[in-house]
Amino acid sequence: MPMIEFKNVQKYYNNFHALKDINLTINDGETVVLIGPSGSGKSTLIRTINGLEDIQSGQLIVNGYDLLDKKTDINKIRKDVGMVFQHFNLYANKTILENIMLAPKIVLHREDEENKRIAMELLEKVGLASQANKYPSQLSGGQQQRIAIARSLAMKPKCLLFDEPTSALDPEMIGDVLKVMKEIAEDSSMTMVVVTHEMGFAREVANRVVFMDQGTILEDDSTEAFFKHPKNERASQFLNKIISHED
Amino acid sequence: MIEIFQNYGSDLLYGFGQTILCSVIALFFALILGSIFAILEVMPNKLLQKISKIYIEIFRNIPLLVITMIFYVVVPMYFVKISGFVAGTIGLTLYSSAFIAETVRAGILSVDKGQMEGALSNGLTFKQSMRYIVLPQAFKYVIPPLGNQFVNLIKNSSILAFVAGFDLMYEGNVIAADSLKSISTYMCIGVLYLIITLPLSYYMQHLERKLS
Repeated sequence: MPMIEFKNVQKYYNNFHALKDINLTINDGETVVLIGPSGSGKSTLIRTINGLEDIQSGQLIVNGYDLLDKKTDINKIRKDVGMVFQHFNLYANKTILENIMLAPKIVLHREDEENKRIAMELLEKVGLASQANKYPSQLSGGQQQRIAIARSLAMKPKCLLFDEPTSALDPEMIGDVLKVMKEIAEDSSMTMVVVTHEMGFAREVANRVVFMDQGTILEDDSTEAFFKHPKNERASQFLNKIISHED
Repeated sequence: MIEIFQNYGSDLLYGFGQTILCSVIALFFALILGSIFAILEVMPNKLLQKISKIYIEIFRNIPLLVITMIFYVVVPMYFVKISGFVAGTIGLTLYSSAFIAETVRAGILSVDKGQMEGALSNGLTFKQSMRYIVLPQAFKYVIPPLGNQFVNLIKNSSILAFVAGFDLMYEGNVIAADSLKSISTYMCIGVLYLIITLPLSYYMQHLERKLS
């Protein structure tokens, strides 16, 4: 069943045509990696999925809800679709534990005891249980990002969106974050959409790779096919550049 | 000066009390009104934004005296009779609320946009995100400029003197005319205003240090 479905989606920022006729279907449990040069629209695209950016025309269905339908309650989508940001966006006025427990408490009305148990389990999972009572500013970027992932997971989402989750991190922090993401991807019920420049991660974890440039999807292929023989000229250039840089 | 305090002590005390009363009432309602309009101005709804913008621009750009006179002269002519004190306090409230709205709005906007986005995508509604995440952080930024607004409000309460509000300034004018000692009278009045405003300024500075 499709979790996310774009049909002829157009997005404009005033006169700038940011997303051009996007058609993309992402199925339940799939892990899809979005790659492309900066300014290609991949971040814009992922942000339309949970309504942080609006679209002007076409059809976008997420978890059964039509985003362009005025009657759709966007919060119902966001409850089941978590997001992890480049700059973490942890609540600066809350402790780590409070960060994780806030939304389950006020959105899902989860009981305090259960809420705390789940939060601590998640902190164990991302290896940061000892930091529970600190504030986000006291942690490193890599730690903050793992907390942000735990915060999203606490809502027990069906789908997680990652918008360049490792781009703002020091190189030695990236591995820990990717490890946590890999564990989530192995859980076959979770749908994941990841905007990233981490080709190693894409190759290892993604079911599919979508390549974008200038607001258009140029290639949408299985991971293996994409890395072996990118069909699109522009995609192959991009891949050569980024891979020669990694080596 | 001591002579003025001795001869007109009860009048001065009454004016002092009226000034404090007017300021406290105006401060309370201006803070509520100002915060409401500040939040309306950052809401995604364009119509609410417009309404709030119009309110703020009107009351920020008309002199306080004119607003007060409208309530003192025009409103009793067509609607209900209100005293100078009430007219002055309403005028002061509306005028100050516009400035407080701008101050609070700036505070909200100085909170990183990612905080709101993080909260929204975590499943919180706009209202919940504001209440639990953005406003508590904005509060910290808003304290110092809000302190200035409070002090301004207290000084502006002297507008009551124009509409027979029996505040400190009004009593001062009466005493100056009665005693023919303008210099000492207005010095007394100045000292009494300082007694209200200086502790407030110091308290706000203290609060600012504590929060940072």
